Amino acid sequence: MPMNAPASNPADLFTETAFTRKKRRTEMLAQGLFGTMTLAMVIPLALILGYLAYKAAPLLSWDFLTTNPTHGMRKGGIWSALLGTIYLVVLSLCISAPIGVLAAVYLNEYAKDNWFNRIVNLAVVNLAGVPSIVHALFGLGAFVLFARLDRSILAASLTLAIMTLPVIIASTKEALASVPVSFREACWNVGATRWQTIQAIVLPNSISGILTGVILQVSRTAGETAPIMFTGAVFYRNIPEGNLFAYGIKDQCMALSMHLYTVTTQVTNAPEALPYAIAVTLLGTVLLINATAIVFRVWLRTRKKW
Amino acid sequence: MNPATLDPTLGASEVQIGITTRDLCLWYAKFQALHNINVDIKKGIITSLIGPSGCGKTTLLRCFNRVNERYGNVTTQGEIKLLGKNIYDPDVSLIELRKSVGMVFQRPNPLPLSVYENVVFGLRIHDEKGLKKSELDDAVEKALTEVGLWSDLKDRLDAKAITLQLEQQQKLCIARLLPLKPEIVLMDEPCSALDVNGTRAIEELMFKLKGRYTIVIVTHNMAQARRCSDECIFMLLGQLIEHSRTAEMFVTPKFPKTAEYIEGRYG
Repeated sequence: MPMNAPASNPADLFTETAFTRKKRRTEMLAQGLFGTMTLAMVIPLALILGYLAYKAAPLLSWDFLTTNPTHGMRKGGIWSALLGTIYLVVLSLCISAPIGVLAAVYLNEYAKDNWFNRIVNLAVVNLAGVPSIVHALFGLGAFVLFARLDRSILAASLTLAIMTLPVIIASTKEALASVPVSFREACWNVGATRWQTIQAIVLPNSISGILTGVILQVSRTAGETAPIMFTGAVFYRNIPEGNLFAYGIKDQCMALSMHLYTVTTQVTNAPEALPYAIAVTLLGTVLLINATAIVFRVWLRTRKKW
Repeated sequence: MNPATLDPTLGASEVQIGITTRDLCLWYAKFQALHNINVDIKKGIITSLIGPSGCGKTTLLRCFNRVNERYGNVTTQGEIKLLGKNIYDPDVSLIELRKSVGMVFQRPNPLPLSVYENVVFGLRIHDEKGLKKSELDDAVEKALTEVGLWSDLKDRLDAKAITLQLEQQQKLCIARLLPLKPEIVLMDEPCSALDVNGTRAIEELMFKLKGRYTIVIVTHNMAQARRCSDECIFMLLGQLIEHSRTAEMFVTPKFPKTAEYIEGRYG
C-alpha cells in the first residue's frame, strides 16, 4: 500500500490552507511594495518632464534654438550653447568610445589574470568613482596648461573623455563578460584566433550592451558642468547663427549645462521660462544623440552578421 | 526480469489513477504543442514519456504542476486531474500543488547552498511552526539515506552543493523533493547529463521510490524507458500515439509509427 494514502476526499487536494493563505498575502504585499517602488520612480520622472515642458513652453521655438543669446542672456536664444554642447559630446565620445571599448576588449578577451592586469582593473574601477571636479583640475593641468591646448573645445572634450573612459570600460567589460564562454570555446575549437572570435561572435553578441553603456555616457557628458568650466566653456560667445561649423576645435564655446548654471545663478531678471527652456533643450539634445545611437544599433542588427 | 512484474499495484483489482488529462491542448503563442491529450497515468508506478525531440513530452510533463504558466504566451485548454482533483479548479493553490508535485530537471539544479540547506529548503519555506534543529537533521538523514547519498555526504553536509559530482547533484535534487512528501515526481530526462554509473544509480533510486510516489519520466533513451518504466507513452507531433505497458509496447507496438520509432532507435 502506498505510504501517501490518497486523501479521503480528492476535492480537498491542493487547496489553500491557512498557512498558504498567509503566504499568498505576504506575496501580494511584496509584489505591491515592489510595484509601488517602481511607480515611485516613474511618477517623479513623468512629473519632472511634464513640469519642465509646461514651464518652458512660452519660450520654446525654432528661433530660440537657432539664435544667439542677447541682452546679457535675457533675450534671444541658445544657439551657441546648443552647438557647443553638441561639439563637446560628440568630440569627447569620439575620443572615449573607441579607446574605452577597445581597452575593455583587451582587458576582457586578451589580458591574463596577473597582478598587472588586476591593478589596471582596480585603477579603472577607482577612476570611475573620481568626482568630476577632480577630472576638471586634471584637465586644466594636463591639457590646458601642459599640452598648451589652452581653454578650448578640444581640451574640454579630452577632459570629458577622461571622465567617461573608465565608465565605458567598465560597462563594456560587463557586456563582453555576458557572452557565454562556451561560444568562445566553440570558436577556438575550430581554430579561430582570438580576434576572429571577437569579431564574429563576441562583439555581435555584446554590441547592444556596449552601446547602451556608451549611450548612458552621452547624458553624463552633456550634463556635466565642472569639467568644462575650467577647460573650455565660457559665459558668453557670439557665433554665426545657423552655421553648424561655427566652432573650431581650438575655440572656446558655450555649453547648455553651463549656460543653465549661469542663467539661474548669475543673470538677474532673466525670463522665468528661460532656465526651463534650456533644460528641455539639454534633455532633447541628449535624447536626440541617444536616438542616433539606437538607430545605429538597429542598423548594425539588420546587417544580419551583427 | 521486467520491473513491471514486480509492481504490486499493477495486478490489484482496482487501479488508482494518478494523473488524468482530458482533451488537453496547449499553445505556445500560435504554435499548438499539444493536441487533445487524453491519458490516465496510474498511481505508484513509473510511466515513461518517449518520442522524438519536439513531440511535446516535456511540455506535457510541465503541465502537471502548471509550471508552464510561468512562461508568457502559453494557453492551456482541457482538463488535468491529479489524484482526482482538477488542478485548474479555482480553489487550487499553486503553492500546494507544486509542493505535492515535484520536478527533477535535465541538468541537475542544486541551489547554491550547502547540501544540508538544499535538502531542508522545501521544509523551511513550508514551515509554519518553526521546525526544531533535530527535526531538520532527521529529515536530512532520511532524505539523503533514501537517495543513497547519506554515507558519502554525512560528513560533508556543509559542502556547497554545486561542488558535488553531477550524479550526486542529481540525487540531491531528488532528495530535495522528498521531505515535502510529494505525491508525484516528474523527471525531465534526469539522466541525460550523467554517465552510465550515474544513470544506473538514478534508475535504482527510481525503483526504490516507486510505489510511494507516482513517477513520470521523460527520456530519449529507449533502453532506459524499457528498463525502468512500467508503462510507456509514445508521443509524436504533439499527439499521444500509444500508451501501453512497457513490455507490450516494446515487443508488440500497436501502431506502425511507434514501431518505427522504437526500431529506428535500435538501428
